[in-house]
Amino acid sequence: MTDNGVIIKVENLKKHYNGGAVKALDGINCEIKKGEVVVIVGPSGSGKSTFLRSLNLLEIPTSGKIYFDGNDITDKKANINIHRQRMGMVFQHFNLFPNMNVLKNMTKAPITLLGKSKEEAESKALELLERVGLKDRADAYPSQLSGGQKQRVAIVRALAMNPEVILFDEPTSALDPEMVGEVLDVMKQLANEGMTMVVVTHEMGFAREVASRVIFIDEGVIMEEAPPQEFFSNPKCDRLKDFLSKVL
Amino acid sequence: MLDKLVSSVTALADEFQEVMLEGGRFEFLLDGLGNTFIITFGALAIGIVLGIFVAAIRTSYDKNKESLKLRGGIGYVILAVMNTICKFYLTITRGTPVVVQLMISYFIIFSLADNGIPVAIFAFGINSGAYVAEIFRAGIMSVDHGQFEAGRSLGFNYFQTMRFIVIPQMFKAVLPTLCNEFIALLKETSVAGYVGVIDLTKAGNTIAGRTFEYFIPLITVAVIYLVLVMILSWLVGILERRLRKSDR
Repeated sequence: MTDNGVIIKVENLKKHYNGGAVKALDGINCEIKKGEVVVIVGPSGSGKSTFLRSLNLLEIPTSGKIYFDGNDITDKKANINIHRQRMGMVFQHFNLFPNMNVLKNMTKAPITLLGKSKEEAESKALELLERVGLKDRADAYPSQLSGGQKQRVAIVRALAMNPEVILFDEPTSALDPEMVGEVLDVMKQLANEGMTMVVVTHEMGFAREVASRVIFIDEGVIMEEAPPQEFFSNPKCDRLKDFLSKVL
Repeated sequence: MLDKLVSSVTALADEFQEVMLEGGRFEFLLDGLGNTFIITFGALAIGIVLGIFVAAIRTSYDKNKESLKLRGGIGYVILAVMNTICKFYLTITRGTPVVVQLMISYFIIFSLADNGIPVAIFAFGINSGAYVAEIFRAGIMSVDHGQFEAGRSLGFNYFQTMRFIVIPQMFKAVLPTLCNEFIALLKETSVAGYVGVIDLTKAGNTIAGRTFEYFIPLITVAVIYLVLVMILSWLVGILERRLRKSDR
């Protein structure tokens, strides 16, 4: 399964609530290759966040299969914690740990879970912080950072685990407009370095510029997927045309 | 006017001398105070251990029931049974008066006991455990769910996430409430006299019975409780301000 570079494979994924009365996801099939930047767009309530959160099982699917690097992580016997170590996640509301400073936020998991030494983890964390221009804030607590800084720290916290993939759940939606750019810049940089990324966002500019593929989800199914050029200039289904006319 | 005041104060002082100090009756009160402290601290220790245990089960159940149910297996059944037992314990303990629980403990459960103090520690500890459990549970629930998700997304398992991320934040949130529970417990132990324990209240009452003088002994007891509670409340106030400062 890993031969053609597929890192995540989703088969007929469904997520139903209230015994099937609400179908958040209604049969999603999708493959994500190594190094791809997949951007997921769609109207609110379409199921795009649920889909993203299913990929590391923060949402437990009702049925369907998810393969990560060839392993069926939806299998009851699978140890999801091991797989999550290699699947970073960045949240809309940052979710930094307020009781730890920036450095501790970044080193707690590598030290505890990957068995790294404190020195090793800290030097790696500082290196990452330098890349996002926050080396001087290593000792700060999350409450002392701006929204954009928090999100940049959240991204490097995920990177500190050396993940194969990073999932972004609306990473700029909770930010003040003037801070969106600094976070998108970090994400672009990551994309250029070949990181596999799955991004749920409303930033169409980012999708157009950085995505290898854009997926349009509505009513719990993938309505359309295409490279950004084609996706934005030549949408096929009516729902997508309607959606694009509202957001562009 | 002034003469009258002076003479009544002098009369009161004489009475205090006669009732409390003659024959070392004041020491009796001090012994009672000692027992009050022993019962309060003992009960609090039991209450905290029991409270952590019950809160852990209740919150694990609430947070994991959905995923455990979907994943199936014996884990869900065990947790559901333990959760039901905890709920039963909380309902019984919080639904009946502590005096009744104390008397049931002494006259029925430990009917062979000749010393009431351990029985009182047991009864107040079981009682306090229910309230402490709900304090801890509310504290855990008050920690933003995003914190939990962030921990899990890094690869921490449920217990590691609780231990490193949720519980430290919870403790800070509940510490003042926990201290108030301690203050409430201190006053509640005043019914220990029902099972033959000489606590502060019982000691005061005994002095009153022997001297046929109620005013001085009972007011003295009330003042001792009041002073203790005021000191403790003052300490809680300092603690709260400290915690708030470290939030910034």
